[in-house]
Amino acid sequence: MAAPAMERTDVGDGSTGRSAVQTVTMAKSLNLAMRSALESDPKVLVMGEDVGKLGGVFRVTDGLQKDFGEHRVLGTPLAESGIIGTAVGLAIRGYRPVCEIQFDGFIFPGYDQIVSQLAKLHFRSQGKVTMSVVVRVPFGGGIGAVEHHSESPESLFAHVAGVKVVACSNPADAYWMLRQAIACDDPVLFFEPKRRYYEKAELDTEAQPPPLFTSRVLRRGSAATIATYGPTVHTCLAAASAAAEEGTELEVVDLRSLSPLDLEPVFESVRRTGRLVLASEAPAESSVTSEIAARVQQECFYSLEAPVLRVTGFDVPYPPTKLEKHYLPDLDRVLDAVDRSLAF
Amino acid sequence: MSPEHWTRPAHPANETDDVRTEPPAATAAKPTREQVIAGLRATSEGGADLVQLLTPEGQRVSHPDFDIDFTAEQLRDLYRDMVLVRRFDREGNALQRQGQLGIWVPLLGQEAAQVGAGRAMRPRDMAFPSYREHGVAWCRGLDPTELLGIFRGTDHGSWDPLSTGFHLYTIVIGNQALNATGYAMGQKFDGKVGDDDGEATMVFFGDGATSQGDVHEAMVWGSVYDAPLVLFCQNNQWAISEPLERQTRVPLYRRAEGYGFPGIRVDGNDVLASLAVSQWALDECRHGNGPVLIEAFTYRMDAHTTTDDPTRYRLTDELEAWKLKDPIERLRVHLVREHDAGQDFFDDVQAESDALAARFRDFCFAMPEPDPSRIFSEVYAEESPVVAAQRDEQLRYLDGFAEPAQGGAH
Ligand SMILES: Cc1ncc(C[n+]2csc(CCOP(=O)(O)OP(=O)(O)O)c2C)c(N)n1
Repeated sequence: MAAPAMERTDVGDGSTGRSAVQTVTMAKSLNLAMRSALESDPKVLVMGEDVGKLGGVFRVTDGLQKDFGEHRVLGTPLAESGIIGTAVGLAIRGYRPVCEIQFDGFIFPGYDQIVSQLAKLHFRSQGKVTMSVVVRVPFGGGIGAVEHHSESPESLFAHVAGVKVVACSNPADAYWMLRQAIACDDPVLFFEPKRRYYEKAELDTEAQPPPLFTSRVLRRGSAATIATYGPTVHTCLAAASAAAEEGTELEVVDLRSLSPLDLEPVFESVRRTGRLVLASEAPAESSVTSEIAARVQQECFYSLEAPVLRVTGFDVPYPPTKLEKHYLPDLDRVLDAVDRSLAF
Repeated sequence: MSPEHWTRPAHPANETDDVRTEPPAATAAKPTREQVIAGLRATSEGGADLVQLLTPEGQRVSHPDFDIDFTAEQLRDLYRDMVLVRRFDREGNALQRQGQLGIWVPLLGQEAAQVGAGRAMRPRDMAFPSYREHGVAWCRGLDPTELLGIFRGTDHGSWDPLSTGFHLYTIVIGNQALNATGYAMGQKFDGKVGDDDGEATMVFFGDGATSQGDVHEAMVWGSVYDAPLVLFCQNNQWAISEPLERQTRVPLYRRAEGYGFPGIRVDGNDVLASLAVSQWALDECRHGNGPVLIEAFTYRMDAHTTTDDPTRYRLTDELEAWKLKDPIERLRVHLVREHDAGQDFFDDVQAESDALAARFRDFCFAMPEPDPSRIFSEVYAEESPVVAAQRDEQLRYLDGFAEPAQGGAH
């Protein structure tokens, strides 16, 4: 298929006001995002293991190679350093590669190229080289997989200066955030909650989305604030609904961007509620939630009615499947933390 | 180059004779403990497959596959390149000794490999160096002073990789092999291969780097995507203190066979052979027949870096043996004997190199301190609010130390 030779389209601010609403899974949303990026910019490439005929192990790239050809959608050799390392070279050449890492636990062979080259080349070259690379990473647990398939390594990347890290939580965000990430001139680590791939929700492909690196209040409430991202957003929204039935209105913030963090909405919320519960599947120590706790005590010290509490995975390697129900933050653990916060 | 039948090579990697004629490993002589410790086994000849056009004695020899004609003018230019490159390399070393540079990475002994490869490249080709490729930088048209910032600590490379066709130095061993492969894939996707006007990419790495996964992956990717990629390995026999025997059991050029593309071992101290083989390899890539692996069989005549102490791991004999193969000296002898190069030519080159060294040196002394704001600039294409806030706070803090302006309005 010959893609029209167009400049990349800016996304996020050119709303037509029209509406093209459909109910889709997150996997489909991501697919649509890559499809429209491939269509609108001939420099966009999709690359990764099994992304071609198979459409990726989660079928997120389904049909893309059929429609755009093997030169736009590259089923690569099995080598993560190779995927990221060649994407770096392609970006130097002016391409905009969108890499798929098959599972969270397999990103580590590519970690060196991410940290040593992808994150640093813009700075090292004093801006002369642009690293417009997206690395998509299905992350998180809850799918009953064997080890190395359920991890949450996002904090490791949030700590790396030079890359940006985002996590989507629903089909509409998945679409718009991925389109914006591909249009972004900085390298973006794009975390996708694999356990939510097949949950459906509305997507309006003509909507006016918020900027990529912002958080968003998903539910208003005055009793306490919950800030979360990725797979636990859904869990926290469910917890907020359950709490509302008992008369407790919780505010839920989807962080969306983990680096940079957009914490103003969280600060604003905490100043009103005086309480913050953070939820994430990642181990707690030295993580994104640690950072938020530190910043909130710095900015909202006099507003806090209770210590910042966290509901997270434990500081252990991800457990075997039969134990993951105890490891993953669920509705009850979130509500328990809310209760502890309210009890102060 | 057709794949040849394989027999287990003798141990260790660099046998004097062509390994394919060696008996199986069981009967091959093992190096003595002392030899391994001294690394002496690494100093042997390149073997029967070594492509050479100019002997260490300065005698022109022909090669059935890679011979090309050089005019007297070209020979003089190559000589001049090598002398100038060696001169500013020595100056860099001296500047480090005088405390002007934090570190220097010497290329002494590798001038022919680098100038040969660098001169084979065309402007639109792309070079991905590691950190010792000062000679390639020279051939790509960089002013040598551009290299100083990295070693003085004022920048990570001040040149524009895209307009110079010379990527930034890469310190993490092997990373650049994959970056180069991706770039070469891009050249191919852009339709820039297929005829004489095609583009190619050349990536430089050492013998130690061949042990890294990234170099292996680059060969896999280069091969399966038919990338216009010349993998130029400078086998200088040592990876800091680890001899070649710690990296491989087969001559490195022969690894290419396993990936499905040609591998050639060239005399890395012979600038003519290095140029001829590189030109052939780049042409293969331009026409869509890449990749090609070149092993330039050479020797690092100085320390690994100015922080290294080679006397701890190698014997003087080894260095002395390699001095007899000096890349510059052999071309000088050839120019005198066969091309009537007179003393005035050598004097001119000498004068030019002295002037370059002086300019290099003066430039180094005059380099300004970088502005503190550089710490925060160009981290992201789109400014990060976190970094911006940290910059503003730090600059405000530094402002607090500024001397009040003299004779102002107050
Ligand atoms: C990944 C990595 N590991 C270790 C080092 C430290 N180091 C710098 S140079 C070097 C040896 C490299 O040897 P070789 O590849 O043969 O290149 P040469 O320096 O001889 O040209 C080592 C171990 C490094 N820079 N990167």
